[in-house]
Amino acid sequence: MNLRQLKQRFVLHLDPILLSGLAALLLVSLLTLYSASGGSGLRVLAQLGNIAVGFTALWIIANMPLHWLMRLALPMYVLGMLLLIGVALFGEISHGARRWLDIGVVNIQPSELMKIAVPLMMAWYFEKHEATLTWRNHLIAALLLVMPVVLILRQPDLGTSILIMASGFFVLFLAGLPWRIIIGLLVTAAASAPFLWHALHDYQRQRILMLFDPSQDALGKGYHTIQGMIAVGSGGVLGKGYLQGTQTHLDFLPERTTDFIFAVWSEEFGFIGNLLLLALYVFVIGRGFFITSSASTYFTRLMAGSITLTFFIYTFVNIGMVTGILPVVGVPLPLVSYGGTSLLTLMLGFGVLMSIHTHQRLVKT
Amino acid sequence: MIQKVELKNNQREIHFFRQRLFIGLGFAGLLMLLLLVRVFYLQVLRHEYFDTLAESNRIYVVPIVPNRGVITDRNGLILARNYAGYTLEVTPDNIPNLDQTITEIGKLVEIKPKDLRRFKKLLAERRSLQTLPIRTRLTDAEVARFAAQRYRFPGVELKARLFREYPNTEMTSHLLGYIGRINQQELDELEQKELAANYMGSEYIGKTGIEQYYEKELHGVTGFEQIEVDAGGRAVRMVSRTPPQSGKNLTLTLDAGLQEVAVQAFGDYRGALIAIDPANGEVLAFVSKPGYDPNLFIDGIDTESWDALNNSPDVPLNNRALRGQYPMGSTIKPFMALTGLHFDTRSPDFSISDPGYYTLQGSSHQYRDWKVGGHGRVDMFKSVVVSCDTYYYGLATELGIDRMHEYLDQFGFGKRTGIDLEGEVSGLLPSTRWKMQRHKQIWYPGDTVSAGIGQGYQLATPLQMAYVTATLANNGVAYRPHLVKEVQHEVKDMPQPLFDLQIPAQHADLIKRAMVAVTHPGGTAAGSFYSATYTVAGKTGTAQVVAIKQGEKYDEEKISEYNRDHAWFIAFAPADKPRIALAVLAENGGHGSSTAAPIARKVFDYYLLGKRPQPLKKTQVSDENEGD
Repeated sequence: MNLRQLKQRFVLHLDPILLSGLAALLLVSLLTLYSASGGSGLRVLAQLGNIAVGFTALWIIANMPLHWLMRLALPMYVLGMLLLIGVALFGEISHGARRWLDIGVVNIQPSELMKIAVPLMMAWYFEKHEATLTWRNHLIAALLLVMPVVLILRQPDLGTSILIMASGFFVLFLAGLPWRIIIGLLVTAAASAPFLWHALHDYQRQRILMLFDPSQDALGKGYHTIQGMIAVGSGGVLGKGYLQGTQTHLDFLPERTTDFIFAVWSEEFGFIGNLLLLALYVFVIGRGFFITSSASTYFTRLMAGSITLTFFIYTFVNIGMVTGILPVVGVPLPLVSYGGTSLLTLMLGFGVLMSIHTHQRLVKT
Repeated sequence: MIQKVELKNNQREIHFFRQRLFIGLGFAGLLMLLLLVRVFYLQVLRHEYFDTLAESNRIYVVPIVPNRGVITDRNGLILARNYAGYTLEVTPDNIPNLDQTITEIGKLVEIKPKDLRRFKKLLAERRSLQTLPIRTRLTDAEVARFAAQRYRFPGVELKARLFREYPNTEMTSHLLGYIGRINQQELDELEQKELAANYMGSEYIGKTGIEQYYEKELHGVTGFEQIEVDAGGRAVRMVSRTPPQSGKNLTLTLDAGLQEVAVQAFGDYRGALIAIDPANGEVLAFVSKPGYDPNLFIDGIDTESWDALNNSPDVPLNNRALRGQYPMGSTIKPFMALTGLHFDTRSPDFSISDPGYYTLQGSSHQYRDWKVGGHGRVDMFKSVVVSCDTYYYGLATELGIDRMHEYLDQFGFGKRTGIDLEGEVSGLLPSTRWKMQRHKQIWYPGDTVSAGIGQGYQLATPLQMAYVTATLANNGVAYRPHLVKEVQHEVKDMPQPLFDLQIPAQHADLIKRAMVAVTHPGGTAAGSFYSATYTVAGKTGTAQVVAIKQGEKYDEEKISEYNRDHAWFIAFAPADKPRIALAVLAENGGHGSSTAAPIARKVFDYYLLGKRPQPLKKTQVSDENEGD
């Protein structure tokens, strides 16, 4: 293979349209991180490293034939479940939550793995029973979803469990979960809300209460929400200018490189900047929908649809939280927040999307 | 066939899937729109609100307290000043173990039991998060010792600031008053008057005297520094600075030298003296004896000193000049004579034969003259010179109390003078209506008789007596007595006369001549003005403290000190062109002629001749003075 062929081989399974959207969002991430970390390049360099790792993972997955992926579904899911049970029994406690498992060399967070493993397992399961799909299959798929979610919820990690719940629900929904069951679930959920309320941890309850009146504890639990909203609101139409955000640079904004990075962008680039940012997300999500709708198999359709909708939910929950319409749950802004694990999971997902798109294109041609 | 069905199924499947996907797309689109609306709401519609919040996060406003105005006497002598010093201040709310911290501080800086007592008192009255001084006026060595160890004492601050000081202590206490820490009630008042912002950094406010009355002028306008801070409260940079405007300096009408002479002239007597320039109402001396050390009050007085002042039988905290009400005794006689002339009840030449007592028609009760056997033939002139009681018993009876009230009210008796001090009382000028309202009793003829010599219901403050004397000296033209001459070296508007009684010249002349005769051989105050090189018009008076029974003789020696009569003397000089008018009251001083008039003599000698009665030792406040 000469260089040209090598280059062709390299980009063969990459989707340039999706990739450009991701690149734009990652650029936003680096730009904002530089400001959020007070003009220090360290975070930016570290994030560049994360991007390199994430992109490598994306490339590998994108180049993986789909049946390989399908073959991975069951082992990944089983491994994930075992690790989750392991966490529940022997996990490391950090910040009051049992999320990490020390397996000698590295600490791993199995819930991150499940973000991919759960929808993959469910899509694989539906594909397997495609011909003879009954309500029973839906029930089993739902069980496959609920088991890990309950384990993660108990860690406790509300943010991740919501995201996994959403990704699994999208599989069920796209697989044709009957409307009466969906409506029935909604009604049941509403009815059991008081019981769920009791099942929630104190800090989770606090966060929901804060949503209704963050000012009642402005220096305590409501501090994050209030300072986030102040940062966003004070940005105005045009923003305060790059590196000029007072909320950001005078330390008023908490978690500004991670969960609250949207507030940093909003403060410095204003409403105009947010139009651009939301447009980028819409672009990526739109491309995801396109890939989904042109997917050829049951498995790929479910998988692509779930990844796309989960990415959307990710975005919605984070921005909703920073702008004060959702309670504070630990969900980062996808592709923009600092953090290797979440970026890796996301890139894996986009790798799956690209694989789906490029492999069937190759099949078609 | 089976194949066909499967294919058909597949297509239906895709159709069905796309339907679901579309619903998902719509769901995502709607929620994205919701985010957009939310962001629009925050960033466009509510931008101003959040911008204000961000600014108040970022900007910390530090008040810069203005320097309080300095108070000087009319000659520029400093009466109230500021000096820079260090104080050690404690924020009790920020200290977990206060007692231990204070013990630790005590190892570096001397804390006397007195400081501790004062601190405990402040602690009991403090507002939340208020800082309280544990020690004031630290020495340089103490400042250095504490500064080196300050990291050990979070919540304890070394503050450099200006202290108020009254170098003349007791001498000017009742006139200047003092400043003290702002209490909750004053804070509420400031808020009501919307002045709270100007007091953001201020810890002191004028509590009494000039310091209180001229608080607005003396305080000044608070400046502000806007400082950008980070979330930890650390200052990042200064954004803007509005400099404070220092309080205005006050120049009083007071002559400190005269004040000093007057205070010393009292010796051990309690009492009051007010001297006024009759030509404009400027108060030249304002004495209330005993005084107190106002420096004690500035940072809160300790309980022991407070009890000593508050429980003293001499009531040093009472401002006698402004708030002491005394029967005016015979000092009312010149004014009674003018009343008689005004209503034509008496002509100057009319005379009586004084047997030494007066009886009302149809009554056997004898109203005695102070002189047993009487003064013989007495006309108006002589009635003033010898202070004949019998003459005024008769005059009062003929005038009737309501006519007396009518004229003397115009003169200013029974009313506040309107001096620039808070808390002045009005004295009392009775009338039939007053007695009915106050005592639900009709006026008896006997009430009028004793009112004629100032021993009835009437009451006057020393300030009031000085004021009516000045008006008399000025032939009935009255000026409001005032203590401040210039505010920040700007002379206030020329004082305008309050009123002119238009006393006919011959009336005024007669009374003045009679009052001059009082200070000359044959007059009641002759002894005090022996060999004076200026002419003094005066009138003595004695205010009874306890009533003497009919037929009993008043014996000064036998009566306990606090029950002795009060001595009055009112006077002005030079008699033909008065430059100073005064009223002296010596509490329990007995006769006006023996105690009050000599005080007046010393005051006149100093003011008119520049003569000091004796070499004066300068009152000084050393830095070691503990009055803080």
